[in-house]
Amino acid sequence: MSALLEVSGVTVSFDGFRAINNLTFAIGAAELRAIIGPNGAGKSTFMDIVTGKTRPDSGSVTFGERPVSLLKLSEAQIARAGIGRKFQRPTVFEDQTVQENLTLALKAGRGPLAVLRWRKSAADEARVAELAGQVGLGDSLTKKAGILSHGQKQWLEIAMLLAQEPRLLLVDEPAAGMTLAEREKTTELLVEIAKTRAVVVVEHDMDFVRRLSCKVTVLHEGAVLAEGSLDHVTRNQSVIDVYLGRG
Amino acid sequence: MTILHPRHRSALVFLACLALFTIGVTVAAHFGLVSTSFVKTLGKTLCLCLAALAMDLIWGYAGILSLGHMAFFALGGYMIGMWLMYARTEEIVIASLANGGLPATPEEISQGIATQIFGVVGASYLPAIWSFAYSLPLQLALVVAVPGLLALVFGWLAFRSRVTGVYLSILTQAMTLALALYLFQNDSGLRGNNGLSGLQNLPGITAGQDTVSLWFFWASALALALAYVALHAIVSGKFGSVIRAIRDDEARVRFLGYSVEGYKLFVFTLTAVICALAGALYYPQAGIINPAELAPIASIYLAVWVAIGGRGRLYGAVIGAALVSLLSSWFTGGRVPSIPLGFATINWVDWWQVLLGLTFVGVTLFAPKGIGGLFDHFTGSHPPDRKGAPLGPDDGSLREREAEA
Amino acid sequence: MRLTALLVAALCWLAPLPSLAQEAARIVAEHRDQIEKPSRQTIGPVIAALAASGDPMADDILSAWEDKRLVIRKTDGAMFIAAPDGDGFALTALDGTAAGRAAKADLTELKPNAGVRALIATALVQFTLSDPDPEKRRAALASIAQDPTAEALEPLRAAIATEDDPALKAQKQRLERLLTLRFDPDSAARVAAIDSFGADLGLDLRGALNPLVATTRVASATPPEANIARELRLGTDIPEDEAYGLLVAAKLAPARLTLEEQRAALLANLKDGAVGGVPVVELGSQDARDRAYTALEASGAVPAAATDDEAKAALASAKFYEIYAEPAPAVTDAAEAALARIDTKVGAMQAADLGLDALSLASIYFLAAIGLAITFGVMGVINMAHGEFITMGAYTGYVVQLYVPDYTASILIALPLAFAVTFAAGVALERLVIRHLYKRPLETLLATFGISIALQQLLKNIFGTQARPLTAPGWLDGALAINDVVSISYIRIAIFVLALLFLGVFFWLMKRTRLGLEVRAVTQNPAMAASMGINPDRINMLTFGIGSGIAGIAGVAIGLFAKVTSELGTDYIVQSFMTVVVGGVGNIWGTLAGATMIGGLQKVIEFFNPSNTLAAQTYMILFIILFIQFRPRGIIALRGRAAGD
Repeated sequence: MSALLEVSGVTVSFDGFRAINNLTFAIGAAELRAIIGPNGAGKSTFMDIVTGKTRPDSGSVTFGERPVSLLKLSEAQIARAGIGRKFQRPTVFEDQTVQENLTLALKAGRGPLAVLRWRKSAADEARVAELAGQVGLGDSLTKKAGILSHGQKQWLEIAMLLAQEPRLLLVDEPAAGMTLAEREKTTELLVEIAKTRAVVVVEHDMDFVRRLSCKVTVLHEGAVLAEGSLDHVTRNQSVIDVYLGRG
Repeated sequence: MTILHPRHRSALVFLACLALFTIGVTVAAHFGLVSTSFVKTLGKTLCLCLAALAMDLIWGYAGILSLGHMAFFALGGYMIGMWLMYARTEEIVIASLANGGLPATPEEISQGIATQIFGVVGASYLPAIWSFAYSLPLQLALVVAVPGLLALVFGWLAFRSRVTGVYLSILTQAMTLALALYLFQNDSGLRGNNGLSGLQNLPGITAGQDTVSLWFFWASALALALAYVALHAIVSGKFGSVIRAIRDDEARVRFLGYSVEGYKLFVFTLTAVICALAGALYYPQAGIINPAELAPIASIYLAVWVAIGGRGRLYGAVIGAALVSLLSSWFTGGRVPSIPLGFATINWVDWWQVLLGLTFVGVTLFAPKGIGGLFDHFTGSHPPDRKGAPLGPDDGSLREREAEA
Repeated sequence: MRLTALLVAALCWLAPLPSLAQEAARIVAEHRDQIEKPSRQTIGPVIAALAASGDPMADDILSAWEDKRLVIRKTDGAMFIAAPDGDGFALTALDGTAAGRAAKADLTELKPNAGVRALIATALVQFTLSDPDPEKRRAALASIAQDPTAEALEPLRAAIATEDDPALKAQKQRLERLLTLRFDPDSAARVAAIDSFGADLGLDLRGALNPLVATTRVASATPPEANIARELRLGTDIPEDEAYGLLVAAKLAPARLTLEEQRAALLANLKDGAVGGVPVVELGSQDARDRAYTALEASGAVPAAATDDEAKAALASAKFYEIYAEPAPAVTDAAEAALARIDTKVGAMQAADLGLDALSLASIYFLAAIGLAITFGVMGVINMAHGEFITMGAYTGYVVQLYVPDYTASILIALPLAFAVTFAAGVALERLVIRHLYKRPLETLLATFGISIALQQLLKNIFGTQARPLTAPGWLDGALAINDVVSISYIRIAIFVLALLFLGVFFWLMKRTRLGLEVRAVTQNPAMAASMGINPDRINMLTFGIGSGIAGIAGVAIGLFAKVTSELGTDYIVQSFMTVVVGGVGNIWGTLAGATMIGGLQKVIEFFNPSNTLAAQTYMILFIILFIQFRPRGIIALRGRAAGD
């Protein structure tokens, strides 16, 4: 299986502090992957690099069958290339309705002129309603996103990600602040999504990762410490040291 | 999507009010109830409202506090002023040469025009930037092209380097100042601090100022109406959704695949062009334009009008601009009776600025929705309860009390 | 006449001095007619003869003549030197003996005209140059230096040897060389004098050298018999219009017609609806007018005038030269070389002077911007009313001087008082407005703008629109002049010292006090600081107060050299913003670097375009906009996560 995303030899440092240290990572076109690691292991910086927010000091990041370097692209170009990102805290446009939020995310021309000419078609409306229904927001289409509950905002953001139809999803702690039932639903959804596209989940919660039952990458001090099934990595002595040693 | 959709109601009400106002002023002028100068004041006010609309688009909707849009307004005025002054001087020169016994040659005419216009700064030839001044269509094209191009270049430089928030505001202010200082020089080719004058005289028109002032009043009202409709269409569609999203959280918009810089540049340039058109309508009514019109403070006032009217709603900008600029000319015109306090007298010519400044601080602190907020009482909408949190992480995002639940 | 001769003879006999003693009187007698009715053209030799007579009376006679005190007694026509004495005059004969008194009505004064008096004054110089009073000698030197003439050279040389004051002697020698290089008949002596100066920076030297290399432009078919500086290439060295003017001046070509002149000439020759055979209706084009004029030329009705083609041909056939007024090539070469040497040195000195200017401007910007930078760095707030705080500081100084007339004391009181006033204003602004707009920098900017316009108008209402004086103490008057090129006014030095002082105070405050520690903590992480028991509200308030207080002090400093009006602060506010933006936020070094850069840049641009400070500011702002492209966060920026991006 050829890799969809390949990160190799990436290093980045802030004022002398090496947040990512010679990191190498790859994920296939339809794969679910969990990234775990203690605080400061470089999980968020890793996502920042892939989405173009942070430029690495060295190394390469390529994406797609005919690999394109992501290092020369802006955040918007990377997003248009097919990488979606869900932030740790729900970030939706709070002054806009659920419908508007989803319409913004719908796959369509992104240029100013294309957007000016854009008119909502029946298919678009149906797609928005379908996505909202999928995440349980079918009744809240005309509500402002700002008045949704925390969990609902998380769901809305996931729905927005789906509306973008990305080929790779980067999901940062999706289960944070969710009830047990909501977590279960999230797990199902992520597993479902991963059948057609690549999903990288960054998570603290081991329980949640176990439920995803996928390959796990352990990051520590900006480098890969171990990789494999959850059982495999939790038996790894250095992983145990890192987690227990740090408490 | 029908025109009677509730979200289009405000636009319809606005257009109806504007039409009534225009008809009312026309009838009043016809029966001599309002003076020509007051018609001009009203026409100019409509142009200021147009500029305020543009300001609302960029600040209220896109969250960019530009302190330079009056520079584009003045540039538009300069561009149309060049033609007005050239064509008017040409008429005078030809008329005076015709009395001289010989038919005038083109060389004599152009020399005569140059001395007439530039004698005041000690030059006797037309600078290269006047090359198109002979032609109304070309100069009208420049009304759009020059401010548009300036906005495009400046905006590209500023947005490309991701300058945001107060940094951007200060940079736009610096741009305005630089332009004003440049125009103050005699060798800028636009008559230095003399500016362009006599713009109220339309070349080739024999009608009196009372008629011409009404024409401009109608043109200003029409321009305001058209711009209102166009901007309303823009902000109520997906484009409006994108720029409001940029206002509240531009990083998130980037991760959706929108080129935030491209949108900002688009809005910046579009609003600059609208301001330039407003200026091109304003200065023929004002009659004179000079570099003082570009002073950074004028652009800040534009923001003040929008804030007092209520940003993020088009009618708010119009109401704010109309109210504050009319009140301002009323108070500073010396027609407001002074208030004797016994120990001192409040002379409004001197104290209006103080009142305006403090009112503005009050509005910012206590009524972020401005005058527009009054309308929310009628429609029954109210701000959300967010425990003081604004609606997004960015500097330009809506404040809690500006939003609707 | 005979009587006079008799008198003179008698005086000669009576004179106690040896033979030269009556020389002056003799010369006067000889040229009596000319002296009574002198003309500037002819009197020269007489004055020269008197001056050269060696008679000690010559000085007195010439002085009296110049002062209109040389009188003729009406009764006998004898000439005396008169001195006012009560209601009449005391008379002295021309040989120096006292000759009694006379009433004003009995005397006729000689009244030489201004031209003659100037000649006399020049002749008198040799006497004053050796006057026993050093002050008079100094004054004489100054008058020669101010208006150097060839005639002064010989007396000056003669006066050097007898000079005993070393300073005056040096002055005389320098002046002698300056006169030699201009007026000595011997070229070699002039060249030697020029070379003796080396690369001296004195303005007097440049003043003496510049006339030597002064040139005029001429047009000529053949190289002129003169000291040619260079041949001018048409178009590059000399514009065509000017070149054609030279041709006309040299009578090598007829004058060109202006459009008005041609029109007038054509109108004057208008006959039967046509001029020179061209109908009037066709005269609406330049071609037709030229044809008509050529026809008139041919008929001799108008003077010949060049058409464009003729003018071109005339230009092509002639050559244009720049020639020195000074005929000796050796002298002009030496002068050019000396000026080149001086220019190089002046260039270096000017760079130093520019550096000083830039430094002083930078300290002003630093003082004006530091308060802004502090509040922007700590609170992320741009205070648009900062300019008005500067103005308030300046007005505080003005008010203090109303009550404390001693300028030194008043400034010493004004500085802390201005700090106190603006500190209080700043704290009030923070408490009443800014605190409520926490984390809303754009709204803060607009709200403080509202404060700014209200304050500005309030100050205008209180103090009026005219400028108020804020006078610097006497000991700050004048400038420290290092040489004729490099100088800096004491006020600017004082402001520089003040800026240094504040830099020091700021560092002490930030690094050595509890307050500084807390400020730094709040800047870096307000939430963490709050959880450590620091009250961010209090810190914000104090920071804002201190920032505003410094603005007040800057106001006093600026008021010392600028006009104190309600718009004083506005003139500095944009530069202060630029300083903060260019320097970067949250770092005093950034503000310092920003101020240095803005101040330096402004001075350098002004240097290249000295007549136009407006253009300098325009270019500077353009530069800043471009600079932001490369360093969006300023010269000294916080990097990484602390920058908050």
